[in-house]
Amino acid sequence: MMRRLKTRITLIAFGVALLAAPLVVRRPYHQSIMVFIGINALAATGLNLLMGYAGQVSLGHAAFLGIGGYTSAVLTVNHGANPWLAMIAGVALTVLVAWVMGVPTLRLHGHYLAIATLGFGMIVNVIFVEWRGLTGGQSGIPGVPEPSIAGVALDTHVRFYYLVWACVYAATVASANIAKSRPGRALRAISSSELAAQTAGINTARYKLHVFVLSAALASLAGSMWVHYINFANPEPFNFAYSIELVVMAVLGGLGNIWGPAVGAGVITMLSQVLQPAGRLLGDWLGRAVIDLDVPAFGLILVLMLIFLPRGVTTSLGMLFQRRRSAGEAG
Amino acid sequence: MSIWSQILQHAFSGLTLGSIYAIIALGFTIIYNATEIVNFAQGEFVMLGAMTMVTLHVGVGLPLWLAFPLSVAAGGIVGSLLERLALRRLRNSSVLTLIIVTIGVSIFLRGAAMIAWGRNAMLLPPFSQRDAFFVGQASIMPQSLWVLGVTVALVAGLMLFYSRTLVGKGMRAVAINRYGAQLVGVSPPRMVFWSFALSGALGASAGILIAPITLAVYNMGTMLGLKGFAAAIFGGLGSSAGAIMGGITLGLLESFAGGFISSGYKDAVAFLILLAVLFAKPTGMLGGKTGRQ
Repeated sequence: MMRRLKTRITLIAFGVALLAAPLVVRRPYHQSIMVFIGINALAATGLNLLMGYAGQVSLGHAAFLGIGGYTSAVLTVNHGANPWLAMIAGVALTVLVAWVMGVPTLRLHGHYLAIATLGFGMIVNVIFVEWRGLTGGQSGIPGVPEPSIAGVALDTHVRFYYLVWACVYAATVASANIAKSRPGRALRAISSSELAAQTAGINTARYKLHVFVLSAALASLAGSMWVHYINFANPEPFNFAYSIELVVMAVLGGLGNIWGPAVGAGVITMLSQVLQPAGRLLGDWLGRAVIDLDVPAFGLILVLMLIFLPRGVTTSLGMLFQRRRSAGEAG
Repeated sequence: MSIWSQILQHAFSGLTLGSIYAIIALGFTIIYNATEIVNFAQGEFVMLGAMTMVTLHVGVGLPLWLAFPLSVAAGGIVGSLLERLALRRLRNSSVLTLIIVTIGVSIFLRGAAMIAWGRNAMLLPPFSQRDAFFVGQASIMPQSLWVLGVTVALVAGLMLFYSRTLVGKGMRAVAINRYGAQLVGVSPPRMVFWSFALSGALGASAGILIAPITLAVYNMGTMLGLKGFAAAIFGGLGSSAGAIMGGITLGLLESFAGGFISSGYKDAVAFLILLAVLFAKPTGMLGGKTGRQ
């Protein structure tokens, strides 16, 4: 009971903070970073449901963002479709692909599941690059229009920020509801032991598939928003590196925690923002051309984080508070 | 070019590429057999071997017969450092954690290489300076023969290592039954250490062999590693014979697909085959139930 109340209060506080943030953050560059964090958080929320609640893994999730993104781009640019309808079409296509892929893939476990999703992501990325007639290849599809609500075009950072974070908020609330519902308990059972869940009568294949498809749908939305935000669709962002980044965001944030995706997305996105200028400074100091310090630093931080904080930021903080509280009670 | 010459041409480049995949796949298999970890940083050993070789042979001017073993040793050292520094502390972590850690290490190595060597591709001269020779209308590079020859030598060397040396037998023992191996005096942690060193060395040799053909660049490891992993799974994760067979098959299929279907889609071929194998028989062509050795 207390935990539900706490979650509800935190959700409201989160909502208020989201609403107020653009008033505090005024510089367009910082506002755009918040938009990117939001898009990443949306995709990471889906991944959190899949990995954190259902215990599966997906190393190819960028493919689903790409399918949503390219559908939006192709339909709005080449066929003049309404961006919202295109987004829905993107989700529909992604759901279809995820369903077809999910059935055989989710029968696998551990490394095999990981490499299967990885392979899928690779294949989709190659299609984005090679199917030049549809996707424009490496050059991509420029001129993707912004969506508008009731005649107001979402062409400023702040407006897009509200769109993206409204979706993230909805997805977070949905995650919280799923967690305490019957499917949520089923997913946790599957996560802890699929065999035991099956013997308890849970249709594990169906639940895993549904979560997989749901996480793909969220990714598709994130991908559509991405192309609408930068007015451009190309294969580059929808590759293996981004799939890994998303996994890192979910894991770093804390799997199975509804705040994990937002925290993880925030940390990772801002990490590269911090590391890039640091790299340039180092380059100047060493007298060499720009050093991309952010890449090896990212890898190093990843390894250190998994050694020292394997459960992610939010879960570890939660455990810390719990230990303090029980120490206080004992004392 | 007649169709037969084309087939011969693609077969040769496929065998060459397949040998490289086979060596990389063996690297995966060795680590997997010792630790049940899939080392996503394997591709970076390949890259480091190639880059070190360029620095030693082209930059410093060391002769081939000296630079080769030094670069291979460098790969082995990086492999053992990976085990010592990163993976030793994560013995009881989940599969997901281990996957991400090795991915993190690969990102780190790739980034460090980019800083150390820059972004430009570097040329490693072929081992023997001869022009390509022709079989019919198919042209075959001498370097391909080097690749095939060294691969055969490496495989033979590994077989001797596993059957004749104490360390090799110890590694096999740990793979078959860790506890049993301990009971007869084999130290599993030490065998794990040697597995990583050996994998690193193997990966480095693959990089050195392929660099004259594909150039050495800081990001060459990613795709090679992933495809090598696909080959290992194709052949059956944990099976050395499977790794070799998987690598050769993958190389041949990719080469023929690139030649006869489309060179752009040839990357997708490797992963399509992988998916097909995973959906039909996940333990791979030669893998058994547990897929050991």
